[in-house]
Amino acid sequence: MQRLISAVLLCLTTMAAHAGDTRIAVAANFSVPAKRIAEAFERASGHKATLVTGATGKFYAQIVNGAPFEVLLAADDETPAKLEKEGHATGTRFTYAIGRLVLWSASPGLVDIDGAVLKRGTFRHIAVANPRLAPYGQAATETLAALGLAEALRPRFVLGENIAQTHQFVASGNAELGFVALAQVAKDGRIGEGSGWIVPAQLHQPIRQDAVLLARGRDNAAAKAFLEWLKGDDARATIRGFGYDLP
Amino acid sequence: MPLTDADFAAIWLTLKLATLTTALLLVAGTPLAWWLARTAARWKGAVSAVVALPLVLPPTVLGFYLLVAMGPAGPLGRLTQAAGLGTLPFTFAGLVLASCLYSLPFVVQPLQNAFTAIPERLLEAAATLRASPLDTFFHVVVPLARPGFLTAAVLGFAHTVGEFGVVLMIGGNIPEKTRVVSVQIYDHVEALEYAQAHWLAGGMLLFSFVVLLALYTLNPAMRRQT
Repeated sequence: MQRLISAVLLCLTTMAAHAGDTRIAVAANFSVPAKRIAEAFERASGHKATLVTGATGKFYAQIVNGAPFEVLLAADDETPAKLEKEGHATGTRFTYAIGRLVLWSASPGLVDIDGAVLKRGTFRHIAVANPRLAPYGQAATETLAALGLAEALRPRFVLGENIAQTHQFVASGNAELGFVALAQVAKDGRIGEGSGWIVPAQLHQPIRQDAVLLARGRDNAAAKAFLEWLKGDDARATIRGFGYDLP
Repeated sequence: MPLTDADFAAIWLTLKLATLTTALLLVAGTPLAWWLARTAARWKGAVSAVVALPLVLPPTVLGFYLLVAMGPAGPLGRLTQAAGLGTLPFTFAGLVLASCLYSLPFVVQPLQNAFTAIPERLLEAAATLRASPLDTFFHVVVPLARPGFLTAAVLGFAHTVGEFGVVLMIGGNIPEKTRVVSVQIYDHVEALEYAQAHWLAGGMLLFSFVVLLALYTLNPAMRRQT
């Protein structure tokens, strides 16, 4: 038993000592572009970036409770600011992407120009990310409010826990349509499959997605290099290719 | 108490779901358990394995396949649509069906164990006294298997109350339809409303302990085991 414990300890210490590794918490909407960016980053730098995707709110709770992440790519700008104020992040935050919302359906032809389908109401369920938890859900409810449809459509809401689950509800056809991130359905900057309406940015508050170096990444060269890479031309081209705006 | 109307709605919905699921499972599970306890059929093993699957499958697997199967392109979804019922995800009926699958082994296995423990000669004796099979079942088997029924009902109910992953995946978090207590707790935690999460989570902990305590102290069969 003691030998086992020392073997485990040895493994842990060698893992920690192995330079050039970083663990990055990535908001669900950015998971695909982040993967693409991390691959290019690894090729170019020789560092290794491990991505963990999930809901930003969950990451907040985990980071405050000592989760082993060095970088956070959040879905909003509030969480990184809060982490900074509370001393869990360093003062390095910047906006890496501005999210675009899209009303999307897996069936071609359902969502038409200007989202007129919302007024016709020819659907049973509309999937929205939980506005209490997800910035894209917040933006979706703001959009519906701006269109004057929020109250009328509320009974048909099905709430995804994050934007990934919301996309899953629509992609499986269980909800005829829903508000998802453009990055989830974009191919080369346009909507790939199904039908969609890219919501004009003025219908909701901008979805500013901030990145920040976390307190435990302060001395991690790979983490800092990743953030620099994220600001670079190669990464910006990838981000734009997925339909995000850039500041 | 800092519980909101939404919290109470979630509690009420959870109790409704668990009660209905338990009732349905007792009705459907009894003949299934009886068959499993008495049969010598070769595919008994396969049926037992299917019944026990929810014990080992992660709720994400069950939830994912239910979402796909009950969706508009899935086999169950086509069936319900053809019957004019629409699709089942995001509905209370869908949750009941999912819960029945999810809690199936918790009802069937205690019943099966109770039925297996009844000696064959008692049934034969009843038959020689001209009791019909149904008579025998209700007047010999049911009284003898009462502890098994109690265990099955309590475990089925408690396990459904504790269901989370499947509901999260097929529920869609709709107030008074699919937002059960476990999902409501999750929402509170995610929204960093820890005080409200504590009230509900603490209540859930207390409820589960009391239920199991009652089961272990009141049920003679369980008492012998411990």
